[in-house]
Amino acid sequence: MTSAIGTARSALSDKSELLVAALLFVLGVVSLIDAAMVTDNAASVGPLSSSVFPTVVGVMLLGVGAALLVDVLRGGRGEMEGGEDVDLEQPTAWAPFFAVGGFFLANAVLIESVGWPLTGTLLFFGSAVALGSRRYVMTLIVSAVIAFGSYLLFVYALGAFLPAGILQGVI
Amino acid sequence: MDSLTLLMEGFAAALTPTYLMFALIGVLLGTAVGVLPGIGPAMTVALLLPLTFSLDATGAIIMFAGIYYGGMYGGSTASILLNTPGEASAMMTAIEGNKMAKAGRAAQALATAAIGSFVAGTIATGLLVLVAPLVVDFAISITPADYFALMVVAFGAVTLVLGSSRIRGFASLGIGLFIGLIGIDGSTGQERLTFGLPHLMDGVNVIVVAVGIFALGEALWIALHLRRNPPGIIPVGRPWMDKSDWKRSWKPWLRGAALGFPFGAMPAGGAEIPTYLSYVTERKLSKHPEEFGKGAIEGVAGPEAANNASAAGVLVPLLTLGLPTSATAAVLLAAFQQYGIQPGPLLFENEPGLVWGLIASLFIGNVLLLGLNLPLAPLWAKLLRIPRPYLYAGILVFAAVGAYAADGSSMGLYLLLVMGLLGVIMRRYGLPVVPVIIGVILGPLAELQLRRAMQLSGGDPSALVASNLSIGLYILLGLAFVVPLVLRWRSARSQPAVDAPVSDSEEKVSAGPEHDR
Repeated sequence: MTSAIGTARSALSDKSELLVAALLFVLGVVSLIDAAMVTDNAASVGPLSSSVFPTVVGVMLLGVGAALLVDVLRGGRGEMEGGEDVDLEQPTAWAPFFAVGGFFLANAVLIESVGWPLTGTLLFFGSAVALGSRRYVMTLIVSAVIAFGSYLLFVYALGAFLPAGILQGVI
Repeated sequence: MDSLTLLMEGFAAALTPTYLMFALIGVLLGTAVGVLPGIGPAMTVALLLPLTFSLDATGAIIMFAGIYYGGMYGGSTASILLNTPGEASAMMTAIEGNKMAKAGRAAQALATAAIGSFVAGTIATGLLVLVAPLVVDFAISITPADYFALMVVAFGAVTLVLGSSRIRGFASLGIGLFIGLIGIDGSTGQERLTFGLPHLMDGVNVIVVAVGIFALGEALWIALHLRRNPPGIIPVGRPWMDKSDWKRSWKPWLRGAALGFPFGAMPAGGAEIPTYLSYVTERKLSKHPEEFGKGAIEGVAGPEAANNASAAGVLVPLLTLGLPTSATAAVLLAAFQQYGIQPGPLLFENEPGLVWGLIASLFIGNVLLLGLNLPLAPLWAKLLRIPRPYLYAGILVFAAVGAYAADGSSMGLYLLLVMGLLGVIMRRYGLPVVPVIIGVILGPLAELQLRRAMQLSGGDPSALVASNLSIGLYILLGLAFVVPLVLRWRSARSQPAVDAPVSDSEEKVSAGPEHDR
C-alpha cells in the first residue's frame, strides 16, 4: 500500500515539471504576440526589424517547451539542487517559504511610506525567525543594527537614496 | 613592449593611496562575502556592486577587481572547510580539500590553495597582458557577422558543454533571451515586452536578474529545504606548509595555470572543464595516487590554480571582445555598462588608463590576497559559523537595499521577487543558472551585431557565413551539438551498459552550472 502511495506521489511530482514546459510555452506565445504587435516607425526601416529577434526567441521557447514536454512525459526529470544547507530528504517546508517571500513583498510595498530602517528591520527579523532563529531579542537587536546601519552606510557614506519614511528628519 | 609601458602607467595609477585603498576594501569585502557558505563569486560581485556607486569609474573597477579575486579566494576557503562550493568551478577543490581538512590538514589545504591561487593568478594575469593586445588587434578586424557567430557559439557553449540536461540548458537560455528582450530596442526605439509598464522600458538589469536568481532564489530555496542541524565546520589555525607539501604543490600549480588560462580565455570557456582536467591530470601524475579521495594535496593545488588562472583568462574575451563566458563575467560586464563602459577592442584604444589600471590592480589584488589571507584564515573560518537564519536574512536585506539603491524605486524590488521565484523554480527543476544570465546580457548584444551585419550586407543573410571565421565557428558549434548525440546513440547500440568511469566523469563536469551562483 505504502509503495502505491509513494508511486502516486512521485508521479505527481514528475508531472509538476510540466509546469516548466507550460511556462516556456507561455513565454514563447507572449514573445510571438508581442513581436507581431510591434508597430513600424521611421527608425525601424531596415533589414532586421524589431520583431525578428523576438520571433526567433518565441519559436525557440516553444520548441524547447515541446522538447521538455516530451522529455518529462518519457520520464526525464530535472535534478533538484542540493547544497550543504539544503536537506532534500525532508518534506518541503512551505511555511518558511511563504513567510520569507511575504516579508520581502511587505518590504517592497512599505519601503516608501514606512522607510527602509523599519522595513529592513522587519525583513531581517521576520526572515530570520521564519528560518528558525529563536533568540527573539538578540535577533531583533541584530535586525535593527543591520537595517539602520545599512541606511546610514548607503545614505551618508555612499550617497545613495533610501527612503527614511516615518523617520524622516529623525535619522 | 608598448603594452608594458601602458601596464607601468596602470601600476602608477593603481598604486595611488586612494585606489590602493579601494583595492584593499574590495579584496577584504570580496573575501568576507565570498567565504560565506553557498555564495559564489558571481553573487559576491552582484551583491557588492551597489557599494561602488559613489566611486569614479576607475576606482569602481579597481574595487571590482579586488572583489572578483577576493570572492574566488573566499570561495575556496569555504569549499575546503565546509565542503560548500559556491560555484561549480570550486567543486574540484572541495573534493580533496575538504577531505584534507577532515584529516586534520586544513592548514595545509588552505595554504596550497592560497599560494597556488597567487602563483596561478599572477601567471595568468601576466598572460592576459601578453594576449589581450593580440586579441584586440584581431578583434578590430573581425566583422559584425563574426561577432554574431562568436556570441552564438558562446550561447551554445554555456548550454551544450555544461549542464546535465541540454533541454533544460536551452530552456534557461530561452528564458534569459526573453528577459533580455524586455525594454526599448536601442536601435529602433520600439518597446518590446514592456506590457505598458514604464519601469520596464529601460529593460531588466542583469544585476537584478543575477541578484534575484542567485541571492533571493537561494534564500527562498533554503527556506523550503533548510537543514535543521547545520554541518560541522573544521577549526583552523594559520595556514602553513612543510617542505614536502611545497614539493608536491608547485608542479600542480603550474600545470593548473597552464590548463586554466586557455580554457578561460576561449569564448566558450569557464572554469569547470579546466579544474576537472587538472584534477584528473594530478591524479594520474601523482606519486601518491592512493591518497586521492582521502585528501591529496595535489588535488587541491592543481584545480585551485586552474580555477584562478581561468578567472584571469575569462577577462580576455570580456575585455577585448565584450564577451562574457561565465556568470561572474556577465555580472562584471553589467557593472562596466553601469559606468558607461562597453568592453571591446575599442576600450583599449579609448580608455587605456582604465583597462591597464584594472589589469595592474589584478596583480596588486593578488599580492594583497596572499598577504591578508594567510594570517586572516582563522577569522574567515569563523565567518562560516554564522547562524544560517542570520546569513540568509542578511542576504535578503542586502539584496533589497542594493536593488532599491540602484534605481530608487520599489519596482526593482518587485522585479527582484519575480526573479527570486524564477530562481526557486530553476533550482527545483534543475534548470542551470548560467545560460539565463548569459542570455540576458548577451542577447541584446547579439541582436545588435546581427543588425549591423544585415545592414552592411543590405539584408542578405548569406553575409552571416561569409568569412572563414564564422563558418569555422558554426561548424564547431554544430559538432558540439551533434557529436555527443552520436556518441550516446552508438554506445547505446553497441553496449547497453555504458562503461562506468567515462559516464561517471562526464557527470562530474556536467553537474556544474546548477551550483554556479
